[in-house]
Amino acid sequence: MNSVLDYLRQNQSTVLDALGQHVVLAVVPLLVGVLVALPIGYLGVRFGWLYHPILNVSGIVYSIPSLAVFVALPYVLGTKILSPVNIVVALAMYTVALMARTVADGLRSVDPALTEAATAMGYKRTRRLLEVELPLAAPVILAGVRVAAVSNISLVSVGALLGIGGLGALFTRGFQLFYTAPIIVGIVLSIALAAAADLLIVVFQRAVTPWTRAVMGA
Amino acid sequence: MDDTPYLLDGAHWAWSTSGSIPHLLLAHLQYTALAVLVGFVIAFPLGLLIGHTGRGAFWAINAGNAGRSLPTLGLLSLLVVYMSSQGFLPVLIALVVLVVPPILTSTYAGLRSVDPNAVDAARGMGMSSAQVLFRVELPMALPVVFGGVRAAVLQVVATATVAAYVGLSGLGRLLVDGLALNDYGRMVAGAVVVAVLAVVLDLLLGLVQRYAVSPGITGRGLRRARGTRSVAESGAQSSELMSATPGGTS
Repeated sequence: MNSVLDYLRQNQSTVLDALGQHVVLAVVPLLVGVLVALPIGYLGVRFGWLYHPILNVSGIVYSIPSLAVFVALPYVLGTKILSPVNIVVALAMYTVALMARTVADGLRSVDPALTEAATAMGYKRTRRLLEVELPLAAPVILAGVRVAAVSNISLVSVGALLGIGGLGALFTRGFQLFYTAPIIVGIVLSIALAAAADLLIVVFQRAVTPWTRAVMGA
Repeated sequence: MDDTPYLLDGAHWAWSTSGSIPHLLLAHLQYTALAVLVGFVIAFPLGLLIGHTGRGAFWAINAGNAGRSLPTLGLLSLLVVYMSSQGFLPVLIALVVLVVPPILTSTYAGLRSVDPNAVDAARGMGMSSAQVLFRVELPMALPVVFGGVRAAVLQVVATATVAAYVGLSGLGRLLVDGLALNDYGRMVAGAVVVAVLAVVLDLLLGLVQRYAVSPGITGRGLRRARGTRSVAESGAQSSELMSATPGGTS
């Protein structure tokens, strides 16, 4: 325990840098991925024949190991193997694969009676989507965002095997020095980060979907 | 370095050369199989117990969440340093920790998703608790359980690459050695073989699932005739959200 505190005291800035990098490497692809997945998921609902192809492609993308993607991307993108861009693109890809399906399922779960009511009230397609369907699908979509956020945070560490920063660098350093303190710091921070991200999304969800709480409270 | 891509060079596929791709592939599959087996033996009975009795559900749900956020590379580094061992045991423990949550949560969720009317009917017919579990609940939960096993296998196949990081064999050798030797071609070869292996294993497991699950559950045959929506389809959706981690390695 003392060695962990000593390590933290002596390497404060290294640890904070690693934490900062980790957050950026996990959050940027999450945002990009969700933004790309929203229209794809919508298309899967709007054009029903697209739904199953989207599901199948997502499944295949899902099953490709992240380390393999990190290694192969420089070849495809022309980036350097040590470039953080590889991690960002790879994680955005996984986020899209997860979220496209979730967005489609979320939109499909909206009660048709409600969309019909909105149409009857004169809502055009775009306004209906943004003001009725999307908010009602929010609980399902945000449940997917929680999964994506937590797994992104966990996957960033793998980049350390290739020498890319983030909390994973603490694992490789501890391993090379045969010293547990940085490893414990890295594990604790990475779990705390995942928990914090999860909590943040839950709070956000409660804020944007007040009606779900009213129903549960009743 | 010559111009032949690493994968296409016959020498790298020769069984007689130690450290060639077939050797690495075999080692990789052995690690994977052992980890999945040990994880299954721990998680499956536990999931059955929790799902059947409904007790300890809190643990099952939280195991899934905790498992997703625990970085395997960190755990492995810690185990290796702590046990001061470069052997297979730390790798096995780290991989088993990865396998247990998806199998536990999917078994639990699968049993919970079984129509309570079916369970009541089975009880009413005089089935014992064990008979209800193995003749009614488990067969009906099978699609969801399979979803968890597939997710677990994928994660382990992806993550077994870290064995090379602590000096063992497996396909991770191509990645780790390639990085050390600045031989990018070797790394790409490793990435391609691991990716293909993961996709092929997933397809094979999908095939096994197709034939292991009772046609009465999947609605195969029925569907064509009457257009019935299958339990497998609706069940698989919720399970995948619960147990899958994209890209395996975490």
